[in-house]
Amino acid sequence: MSALEFHDVSIRFGARQILRNASFAIAPGEFVGVLGANGAGKTSLMRASLGLTPLIGGAISVLGAPATRGNAAIGYMPQNRAMPAGLRLTGYDFVASSLDGARWGLPRLDAAQAGQIDRALDLVGARDLARRPLNEISGGERQRLLLSQALIGSPRLLLLDEPLISLDPAHQQKIVELVKNLSVELGAAILFSAHEINPLLGAIDRVLYLGAGNAVLGAVDEVIVAPVLSKLYGAPIDVVRVAGRIFVMSGAVDVERDAHRHEHGDHHDHSHA
Amino acid sequence: MSSATRIATSMAITMIILMLDYDFMRTAFAASGIVAALAGVVGFFLVLRGQTFAGHALSHVGFTGATGAVLIGLSPLAGLVGFTLLAGLAMGLLGEKLNQRDVAIGMMLSLALGLGLLFLHFYTSYASQAAALLFGNVFGVDASALAWLALLGFGALGALAFISRPLIFVSLQPELAEAKGAPTRLLGTLFLMIVAIAVAECAQIVGVLLVFTLMVGPAAAAQRFSRRLYAGIALAAALALAEAWGGISLAYYSDWPASFWITALSAAVYGAALASSKA
Repeated sequence: MSALEFHDVSIRFGARQILRNASFAIAPGEFVGVLGANGAGKTSLMRASLGLTPLIGGAISVLGAPATRGNAAIGYMPQNRAMPAGLRLTGYDFVASSLDGARWGLPRLDAAQAGQIDRALDLVGARDLARRPLNEISGGERQRLLLSQALIGSPRLLLLDEPLISLDPAHQQKIVELVKNLSVELGAAILFSAHEINPLLGAIDRVLYLGAGNAVLGAVDEVIVAPVLSKLYGAPIDVVRVAGRIFVMSGAVDVERDAHRHEHGDHHDHSHA
Repeated sequence: MSSATRIATSMAITMIILMLDYDFMRTAFAASGIVAALAGVVGFFLVLRGQTFAGHALSHVGFTGATGAVLIGLSPLAGLVGFTLLAGLAMGLLGEKLNQRDVAIGMMLSLALGLGLLFLHFYTSYASQAAALLFGNVFGVDASALAWLALLGFGALGALAFISRPLIFVSLQPELAEAKGAPTRLLGTLFLMIVAIAVAECAQIVGVLLVFTLMVGPAAAAQRFSRRLYAGIALAAALALAEAWGGISLAYYSDWPASFWITALSAAVYGAALASSKA
């Protein structure tokens, strides 16, 4: 049984066709990097797997069952992580709010639930971090907290939407290592979307590359090659490999880096070494 | 305890006992106590969700409801509650469509106040009604109004307790909550209806123009002082209560309006919270 299987899936987002009859299957315990240009559908793919985006065709199955909202077997870290300004709540209360968060009544934790939260925090080494207020921790620390929250309840599929956004290269590497260790420790399948392949090289098992309505799943060396990417970007693409790093170029432009810069403009301070 | 503080304490107690000799003062303390506790708790969620503007908007709509009710011979509280509830429901159902429409919303609110003024114009026999609605009249609360305030207040608090867990989840992490199956739209609508009741109650004490002072001031200060959820909510209610009762006591002995004292205390507490969290 696959952790996540797309069968002939078509998804439309507004006027744009994100996926057209896409099929692929991700095995249990597999660590997959999700790449593609802006608007290629990385977030839509995850939201569809969560049952939040309606399909216009095909079927998605998660651990053998149809994708539906509120699937407890999925851990999710959404991309939009704006926090209320000046929120001084501790990280612990923030993380705890997601435990059985959809149930009616007063928020209360019993001992077993508190234990679950502590375990999730320990997995990312955030137990001490969680005692501090959210507005006093750094972007990388916040990312770790959000990651721990995706781990509550021992999920068997983790959907991590752009965990590297707005992090410097050192913190990016730490998060990738952390997720790699988690995939070994928990045995959960992981989808990890990113703008750039390089931080993920050496950590991921396979890459899922999206573009032009297609989704191509395979080993990095099979997928990130000129003929495949030219088809996905709908333009001639050169793939340049330098010292173990990969650059995806359209003419003289590095499309992965360029996309990154355009989408976030001046909001974040990115630096890619 | 030095003899000076002992004398001061016994004087303070005497002053409180003297105030409570009067029926209207006991009613004022009870009414403002109920309203302040509700406003503090609801306000905490309002600030957490970044929806303080919604509270403001509902109070303007409430003015139309209250004046309209007076005009046709109903109690202002009935008009307030009815109109704010309807407006809260509408705002909740429209949801995101209302975002980034500040001009349209601003026009609607001006129109609401304008209509309220028109209703008052027709209701010429009661000129001080306008001031009472706009700035509150805590000493004018009668026994039946107090009963209604208590009933609505406990009802709203009970409803809020029932939805509090998913509401906190949705407020802090909307996308994750949606994925986990929390009914985000329903929660937003129910919450705005609870806010509507709190606004209507606040308007009885401090008037529609000063609702912010009890709903937002204490809650915003509490969020600066506290890092924990329950402590923050309890503190918001306690601050609102202290500001309301303090304001009424000061009004009794100074003969200045209670609403003025409440706004002054609320601003002072919020200022102190700002200063302390910067330090």
